[in-house]
Amino acid sequence: MRSRLPRIFLADFKMRALRFALRNLWRDLKSGEMSVLLLALTVAVLSLTAVGFFTSRIGQGVRAQAAEVLAADLRIESSSPLPARYFTQGRTLGLATAQVESFPTAIFNGEKSQLAAVHAVTSSYPLRGKLRIADSPFGVARSTDHIPKPGTVWLDARIVAQLELSMGNAVRIGATTLRLTQVLDYRPDQGTGFVNLAPAALLNEADIAATQLIAPGSRVTYSALFAGTPQSVAALHDYLVLNKAAGERLREVEESSRQLNSAIDRASRFLNLANLASVLLAAVAVAMGARRYAARHIETVALMKCMGAAQGLVLSISLIELSVLAIFAVLAGAALGYLGQWGLVWLLHGLIQGALPAPSFAPVVIALVTVLAMLVGFALPPLLQLKNTPPIRVLRKSVDSAPLRYGLSYGLSLAALAAILWALVRDVELVASVFLGVLGVGAVLALAGFGLVRITGRLRGGVGVAWRYGLANVSRRGAGSVVQIVAFGTGLMVLLLLAVVRNDLLADWRRSLPSDVPNNFLINIRPEERQPLNQFLQVHGLGQPAMYPMIRARITAINGVPSEALKITGDVARGYLEREQNLTWAADLMQDNQLMAGRWWTPQDFGKALVSVSSEYQEALHLKLGDRLSFDIAGESLKVEVVSIRKVRWDSFRPNFFMVFPPGLLDGAAGTYMTSVYLTPDKRPALARLVREFPTVSVFDVDAILSQIRAIMDRASLAVQYVFLFTLVAGVIVLLAAVQATRDERRYESAILRTLGASRRTVLQGVAAEFGALGFLSGTLAAVGATSIGWLLAHRLFSLEYRFNPYIWILGLVCGTLLVGLAGTLATRRVVNTPPIVSLRED
Amino acid sequence: MKDLVLHAQNISKTVASPEGSLTILADVTLSVRAGETLAIVGASGAGKSTLLALLAGLDSPTTGRVSIAGVELSMLSEDGRAAVRGRHVGFVFQSFHLIPSLTAIENVMLPLELANRRDARAAAAQALAQVGLTPRVGHYPKQLSGGEQQRVAIARAFVTHPAVLFADEPTGNLDTTTGQRICDLLFELNRSTGSTLVLVTHDRALAARCGRLFELDAGHAVAPAAHLSG
Repeated sequence: MRSRLPRIFLADFKMRALRFALRNLWRDLKSGEMSVLLLALTVAVLSLTAVGFFTSRIGQGVRAQAAEVLAADLRIESSSPLPARYFTQGRTLGLATAQVESFPTAIFNGEKSQLAAVHAVTSSYPLRGKLRIADSPFGVARSTDHIPKPGTVWLDARIVAQLELSMGNAVRIGATTLRLTQVLDYRPDQGTGFVNLAPAALLNEADIAATQLIAPGSRVTYSALFAGTPQSVAALHDYLVLNKAAGERLREVEESSRQLNSAIDRASRFLNLANLASVLLAAVAVAMGARRYAARHIETVALMKCMGAAQGLVLSISLIELSVLAIFAVLAGAALGYLGQWGLVWLLHGLIQGALPAPSFAPVVIALVTVLAMLVGFALPPLLQLKNTPPIRVLRKSVDSAPLRYGLSYGLSLAALAAILWALVRDVELVASVFLGVLGVGAVLALAGFGLVRITGRLRGGVGVAWRYGLANVSRRGAGSVVQIVAFGTGLMVLLLLAVVRNDLLADWRRSLPSDVPNNFLINIRPEERQPLNQFLQVHGLGQPAMYPMIRARITAINGVPSEALKITGDVARGYLEREQNLTWAADLMQDNQLMAGRWWTPQDFGKALVSVSSEYQEALHLKLGDRLSFDIAGESLKVEVVSIRKVRWDSFRPNFFMVFPPGLLDGAAGTYMTSVYLTPDKRPALARLVREFPTVSVFDVDAILSQIRAIMDRASLAVQYVFLFTLVAGVIVLLAAVQATRDERRYESAILRTLGASRRTVLQGVAAEFGALGFLSGTLAAVGATSIGWLLAHRLFSLEYRFNPYIWILGLVCGTLLVGLAGTLATRRVVNTPPIVSLRED
Repeated sequence: MKDLVLHAQNISKTVASPEGSLTILADVTLSVRAGETLAIVGASGAGKSTLLALLAGLDSPTTGRVSIAGVELSMLSEDGRAAVRGRHVGFVFQSFHLIPSLTAIENVMLPLELANRRDARAAAAQALAQVGLTPRVGHYPKQLSGGEQQRVAIARAFVTHPAVLFADEPTGNLDTTTGQRICDLLFELNRSTGSTLVLVTHDRALAARCGRLFELDAGHAVAPAAHLSG
């Protein structure tokens, strides 16, 4: 019996707290006390879930497009036939499969011949993306779902032009004769590197035996292609990693295309940035809302304690109330978020190919954890203070509970938020820059706010009564004004920052891929062809692009350790070591290259044994400045020292190289040159002539990948604008929270002023002056903050040129003054309109 | 001394101020018997409200001891003192202190609900009937006049049948006539419930209605408490 008593008491206590909490919550909701908190939490959840749901779906969609580059979701390649069990395993997992056999051979039309890369494919090829064919060389291309029928072949326009073929002509490949039925314009897996230099011939796998070209010792690449659900692909990936033999190379979507990956990476950064901004703004609103909640409840708590309420009961009531609010916000926010992502899907329906997979529900869990972190970090401190309200406050209003140390709790919850956002974004640099940026600017805002508030106080001598009252209020409220400036300023800054990101960064990104970006690479230009080719390009109006020497070479040792003996793992790194790489030399740092470490050479260094490596290469092979690399260049050995590391913008579509040497070192070794040109559709026929006049020059068309990247850019900017709406709502809520924070004080002041004879108009003008001044001050500081963080983001994260945008300042100042002035005045209007006696009596 | 409901032994209150420590109340000793009515009087700043806060356990003395209904408050935590207040004490304030978001009956129900009384609504309705506010039970404080608000506050103070009722300038915010009626009500309920009434006032006429006066001057008791009646 004795042991049951405390339990009954506890249950009783919980029930009482629950009853009080639910009733309080209902009343607070009815009276609008909780509106800011509820709105802020709901918007945070809405933003997190809508973006989460959407990115989980679009991620799959974009991935599917990226998969085009492999013509599959997963691809394994080998120089020997692949075991049948790979296909069996793939089919068991429900995956679609296809097979490709590629090898170089000569194709004959009578006596004329042309080297070609033959690809023999099975009927399901390609599993991702579509083949494109045309009826004449360099003619208008169309997509097809078929592959060449047995007995027929599709040839690259260069082969057709070189062999002077017409549709229906027969060509000889090995021991068989095939009929040309289409010009092959594009294969999804034709690659964006310069591996497949020879023009392609596509034929049916059924014809391969008849060619008799596959025999022991022939240079064949066997590829197995798989596509299906992400789970099945992942399962097969794990299986292949465990079972693949040495020499078999697994190719995944992520590493399939450097350019595409770079674009996708940027797209998700833009989206996450908008998301991050919404959550941070919501956190600011929650902090302000919770402080107001505590301030509004302090009298009630003092009274309840006077009547015998224990601290535990007071805290329990607040906690239950907030928990119920959080659950409500998560449910409402997630439901809205789900609808929101449908809006996004609808908005982008034309751009996304195929059906999108269902969203995962992980974002709801993340949203719940985020809301809890926000509440515990930003709402709990004022509630703890509320719990400590001394009951004597019922007699003396001046008595406050001991001030809590908000710093620690805010710090902890910011850390928790950062951790959650990191889990979401997986990008330390992005989270760190935005957090440090916002915190730094917050601190600067507070400092500058203090200064401005003091100056404003001095200004009030020379203005009219309404302005004097307004400006006097700004300076009299001191710390309160600074808090408001920080809140308004942070809100405006994040909004301006997004405006920068949305307009400037997206525009810069688009500008980085202008409509006249080179869409054709010309490779294999012999030294003696440079001059005539230049003339040809000029005659045909194709400009005079820079020509880069190209040397094929393989790394043989790093710091004297032979590459076979190096303990370097990973397919990418092994690939760098095992395959020949394209090297070049250049006097100047190339456009789209940024020096990350070391120094670029001066004319005095020309001819010295130095090399500059790209960051990908440096990371994969763990290189550092001063390392010595040995190369095998056409049988000659060369030792060079790493003197610089470059970050290369691979999505710029200009010739770029992993390794660059100073001029004068390899002059004798230059095999060929390369360049790139931009061809408008009407100038495409010039290509046929170029191929005929310069038979050894290879033309490499990257139009398809360019349009893929442009589609991603368009999608990203649309999506960012959509997500920007949530941030805008969060910003408005911060504004609302900041206005609400001083509402009670204003109500009383307005009543006093009106009692003393001030007209409603004068009081309202004073309020407008105060909010206008606050808006102007926050707008100024927000513009400074947005410009600095925008510059930082452009440079550090997006590798883009940041251009100073004066509109940000105009927008900041005008919008700040108008938005804050208008919103503040409108929100306070009701307070001013309340008859003074009502306000005074309520106080 | 068995029927002592309130006892303060040599209590002092000192607070820190920019000019050094400031003694608001110095060495006050006071005993109140059950059913007694006591008026604490004195000029503004004499320490009346401080004494009331200490006697009611709303604040702790710097030195000295206070006990309510035989329970020594200095031995208790804040929650312990809250429990004593909940069981034995009622309050009426100058500014009424009604919760604006609660109706009249909900305001009166609050202390009963805090004490987990199941008959809270019925008891509150009865208390409001006693102060003549049955037609106003569903009204919010801002819909009530000052006198009505104070009557709600009195109903709330008496509804738990407290051993001691503390009133801090109960007529301070009311006009003379309304104040007079509120006083009548206060004393009538005090008589009918048999509770002890301790009120702080600077209104000599109101003080005169109490059985005993306790005068303070600059934190000191002016003279031994005079017995005016019974």
